[in-house]
Amino acid sequence: MATMRASRAALRLSKPVSRSRCHPSFLSSRSSFRGIATHCPPHQANAISVLPSVVDPSSEEYKENARQMGEVMAKLEELTRKIHQGGPPKAREKHVARRKMLPRDRITALIDPGTSFLELSALAGHDLYPDAEVPAGGIITGVGVIEGVTCMVVANDSTVKGGTYYPITVKKHLRAQAIAQENNLPCVYLVDSGGANLPHQADVFPDREHFGRIFYNQARMSSLGIPQISVVMGPCTAGGAYVPAMSDESIIVDGQGHIFLAGPPLVKAATGEVVSAEDLGGGKMHSSVSGVTDYLAVDDAHALVLARRSISNLNWPKKVLPRPTTYEEPLYDPEELVGIASTNLRRPLPIHEIIARIVDGSVFSEFKRDYGSTLVTGFAHIYGHKVGIVANNGILFSTSSLKGAHFIELCCQRQIPLIFLQNISGFMVGTDAEREGIAKNGAKLVTAVACANVPKFTVVVGASNGAGNYGMCGRAYAPRFLWMWPNAKIGVMGSEQLTAVMETVGKAVDPELKARIERESEAVFSSARLWDDGVIPPSHTRRVLGLGLMAAVGGKNEPVPTKFGVFRM
Amino acid sequence: MIPASRSRAFARAILSSQGSRHLSSTSTSPITSVLIANRGEIALRVGRTASALGVRCTTIYTDPDAHSQHALSSPFAVNLGAANAYLDGERIISIAKEQGCEALHPGYGFLSENSAFAKRCVEEGLVFIGPPWKAIEAMGNKSRSKDIMIKAGVPCIPGYHGSNQEPEYLLEEAKKIGFPVMVKAVKGGGGKGMRIALNEQEFLDKLESAKSEGRNSFGDDVMLVEKYIGTPRHIEVQIFADKYGNAVALGERDCSLQRRHQKILEEAPAPNLAEDIRQDLWEKARAAALAVGYEGAGTVEFIFDNDTNEFFFMEMNTRLQVEHPVTEAITGEDLVSWQFKVAAGEPLPLDQETIAQRIAERGWAIEARIYAENPSQNFMPDSGKLIHLRTPQVSDSVRIDAGFIEGDTISSNYDGMIAKLIVSGPTREVAIRKLHAALQDYEVVGLSTNIEFLKKICKSPAFIRGEVETGYIQKYNEELFAPEIVEPETFAQAALGLLAKELSGSGVSTSLGPHGQSIGFAPSSQRQFTFLTSLALDAESVQVFVNQSGGKVFDVTVKGHGVDKTYNNVVCEPHTPSISTFFPHTRIESTVITDGDKITLFQRGRQTQLTLATPSWYEKALGLKDVTNSVLAPMPCKVLRNEVKEGDAVEKDQALVVIESMKMETVIRSPQKGVVAKLVHKEGDICKAGTVLVLFEEVST
Repeated sequence: MATMRASRAALRLSKPVSRSRCHPSFLSSRSSFRGIATHCPPHQANAISVLPSVVDPSSEEYKENARQMGEVMAKLEELTRKIHQGGPPKAREKHVARRKMLPRDRITALIDPGTSFLELSALAGHDLYPDAEVPAGGIITGVGVIEGVTCMVVANDSTVKGGTYYPITVKKHLRAQAIAQENNLPCVYLVDSGGANLPHQADVFPDREHFGRIFYNQARMSSLGIPQISVVMGPCTAGGAYVPAMSDESIIVDGQGHIFLAGPPLVKAATGEVVSAEDLGGGKMHSSVSGVTDYLAVDDAHALVLARRSISNLNWPKKVLPRPTTYEEPLYDPEELVGIASTNLRRPLPIHEIIARIVDGSVFSEFKRDYGSTLVTGFAHIYGHKVGIVANNGILFSTSSLKGAHFIELCCQRQIPLIFLQNISGFMVGTDAEREGIAKNGAKLVTAVACANVPKFTVVVGASNGAGNYGMCGRAYAPRFLWMWPNAKIGVMGSEQLTAVMETVGKAVDPELKARIERESEAVFSSARLWDDGVIPPSHTRRVLGLGLMAAVGGKNEPVPTKFGVFRM
Repeated sequence: MIPASRSRAFARAILSSQGSRHLSSTSTSPITSVLIANRGEIALRVGRTASALGVRCTTIYTDPDAHSQHALSSPFAVNLGAANAYLDGERIISIAKEQGCEALHPGYGFLSENSAFAKRCVEEGLVFIGPPWKAIEAMGNKSRSKDIMIKAGVPCIPGYHGSNQEPEYLLEEAKKIGFPVMVKAVKGGGGKGMRIALNEQEFLDKLESAKSEGRNSFGDDVMLVEKYIGTPRHIEVQIFADKYGNAVALGERDCSLQRRHQKILEEAPAPNLAEDIRQDLWEKARAAALAVGYEGAGTVEFIFDNDTNEFFFMEMNTRLQVEHPVTEAITGEDLVSWQFKVAAGEPLPLDQETIAQRIAERGWAIEARIYAENPSQNFMPDSGKLIHLRTPQVSDSVRIDAGFIEGDTISSNYDGMIAKLIVSGPTREVAIRKLHAALQDYEVVGLSTNIEFLKKICKSPAFIRGEVETGYIQKYNEELFAPEIVEPETFAQAALGLLAKELSGSGVSTSLGPHGQSIGFAPSSQRQFTFLTSLALDAESVQVFVNQSGGKVFDVTVKGHGVDKTYNNVVCEPHTPSISTFFPHTRIESTVITDGDKITLFQRGRQTQLTLATPSWYEKALGLKDVTNSVLAPMPCKVLRNEVKEGDAVEKDQALVVIESMKMETVIRSPQKGVVAKLVHKEGDICKAGTVLVLFEEVST
């Protein structure tokens, strides 16, 4: 830490002097110029890695960016606040009147105090179904720390359509499980759901990535030693019954949780047997007769205490992570990112300024700085974790692609997690580019990204278009997490280019097309469909990446070697 | 003319030569080793002076005291075994001889005023650091001492001190004296075995109760009956006498501030006392000492009638007293050292004139006794472990005599005094203010204490004016027990303190990196804490909602008790066990100590006790249920006797069981009308706090 502070001082010293002249100025005229084994103390050595900043918060550009970003952010803030409330007031009141805790309160009670819950895709399902509002997709998922163990928490919100599974609910549940599996995170399911949403059964039940996959994942994860704990706090009917039944340990709330393959009405219809829900599949019965559940809880709060106890008995390794004293916050205020980021994606984004507001001490060991400079690569730390950063600073050329592939190879060799900061409109096109072999050189980058087995994280800070999305670890390239800034846009190409291309190929263009494409490229639209894991405030990028890194390298995660495919030379 | 410095040196030389001449002219046999036949603070106190005089100390301890500070204070420590063995005189004498001790210091209490023991010490060749056994015997018997005093011209209070102990006869005597009267065990002291009968009707009840306490405390139930003075003050004179017929009064002490007839605040000099009366008191006290051939330290207690300025001899305590430090503070002398000197045959170190001069110059001193007790429950004794103990800074004018350190246990086997806090100042007002300040820095958690109560007395206007009397606490009951209002910030601090404690305890990955920071848009995770202001069932509950919005940043809302306040962006910095919180309007430092659900906060010189409510599921999940129809022991105790029989129909408030704790008797009364189904414990049983004592029959309604 001391050395970093010193480097900051060095930076201040060097500010009035230009970089190139700075060095001789330190040498006094009396000292020898031989320079052999001249001792360089760490603070001088570190000075070469400290990113400078030229951001001027009083500039017109900054103010304009901040204003526009502020508007977008305020909208998101409001939308998120509304989504956090869950279902309609009546449903919430009814829920609370039954002495049940609201799902977000359940999560707060479940996780350790002093820890932050990394919620995933809060915007899921937003404006997705014309006939129904499903805030957060009717299910809250996220990474939280329970008894010191980083876990995946999946909580049904029964105030939203009775907690039934819409297609987006299934997708969100499966995405949470995928994250859990990739990152070796024990899973806690807070079950309170009426099962599949029947009118949507066609998009919920039959396919590979549908309802059944939930239980498949549970079985597979359990087989991989990833614990599955469920807390039954409401109904678990039919397929839903398998969530607790397929868990390693299950807790049920007395008089509130019910597990049965068919509820009392169906039983009556099928066999004529008249039975109460409590007798058919209540907590007392399952905990003392059937053995479907292992612990009987008095109420929600008790059940969550039992769940915490179950986690404490996982014997999960507590990896020693970097101490907070070993790293420094960035030199520049991350809040300034709102004035750096722009809603106008045609304007270049100064990527070094962004990196300087994400990494520890704004220290960045840039690799191949002067070669293929439209892609910035280099090593840095985030909360003490060493990371490799791959960030766009313009269009991808052959040189930048080769540099990116080279750098990814280094990181995989050294087991350094990769962070992609995406702002890419695509690879270079045109005669020169093609003659340089942009296709094969771009492919090298895509191959490197696809094969890299180190944890990968992607943050879309601007545009995400075309093959650039592939080379910069888009959703298809399995980053552990993918987040978007509120100004980010994703699509095969920008709306204007798309319209232009359509016109060029001679198709009659729907006048609405451009506006629709524009809308469909927005971060909120993307997040509502789970093309990402959430839209984040730019200033939280560092925190979110920090939590992602803790999930990806903590616990039982071990380094996985990478074997690359054929790089076309 | 000789320079000033030289003249001072010269004066010193003269003084010291006078001193040595003085010594050489008398036959002294210095004491080189001592057995301290006591425990707690007084054992340590005696040990301190003994060590300073180069005297080797042997300490004794019982099983429950094995790890107590006095036992650990000396490399020579002998185990006596059972808890009551401090009273085993023969055993202690044999230990003193085995250990080669020349002398024995009895401290106060236990064997200190047992003339038989003092006699046995002398017979066994031990120097008993105290008065001659005959003097103890003479003063120990209340009626004999009264006769002696009357002969010596010391005024005595009218009363019957005879041998006829027939209750009816005593009642007749009481009628002769005129009610109210006081019945008191002849061998008693310190309020034990003493009762006040306001009228004829309650006389026999009180008599029996006093007798019983006498039997239990010192195995004797011979009673005397005396005139009871309605608004009296307790003023006592510290005297010292040597083997050469000299006696001095080291000033007086006012010990009027009492609860349950036991002192809690003692001061010297006595406030609002005319100088001629003061001199008369000293004179009478010296006369009393000389009348019984006294040697060493003693205290002559007088009852002083504030209205008539009359005083009467009450008794003489033939020992060093608990409150001796206030006298040390106003005289600048070490009384234990005086005891050693007198016992060694040296003459008194100072004459009366010098002492009077010293007292006139040195100002005021007050001692507050810190007790393990619950003032709001009629000063019911408490016991337990000192989970947290912080004491004020000791200085020339702030002294603490304590027998315990943090982690020690105040046992129900012995007196519940935790410490004595002695503060002195140039005037009474300054001394009181300093005492209040020192009490604000005195933090005790683990058991109830009277510290908050003592602070209130320091702020009580009549006390500050010096209008003291033994009935002070009853008289100003309303003022002293006015309910305290807990500030909303205190509840916020309790919640933040609990959180801080948990966070510092976990120490795992959770406290690292981005954790604790807000993440994403509109983050919110409110945790709710419910506090009760007392343990009572009808205690009002206050809810605190805490939302962490940054590493050390919280939004806190306090609701309930007629309060609804929100503090945003509160920065709380933990420094276990205290927290330093920057509210928008102020900074508050609190020490937050938790003991299960009990939370004790110290902030701004005030102690607040809160109880964390148990969660909704607690009772059901743990299978707890209220034991209705039963009476529980309010504290760890010994059952002295059951006052009812199984099957008896009892009225509300009827005495059920008499228990003893911390050497105090308490009558457990029936909370209801009903029929006794079962007496769970028999006489002599030892019970923990919360044990069922009496079960009532279920009422079928």
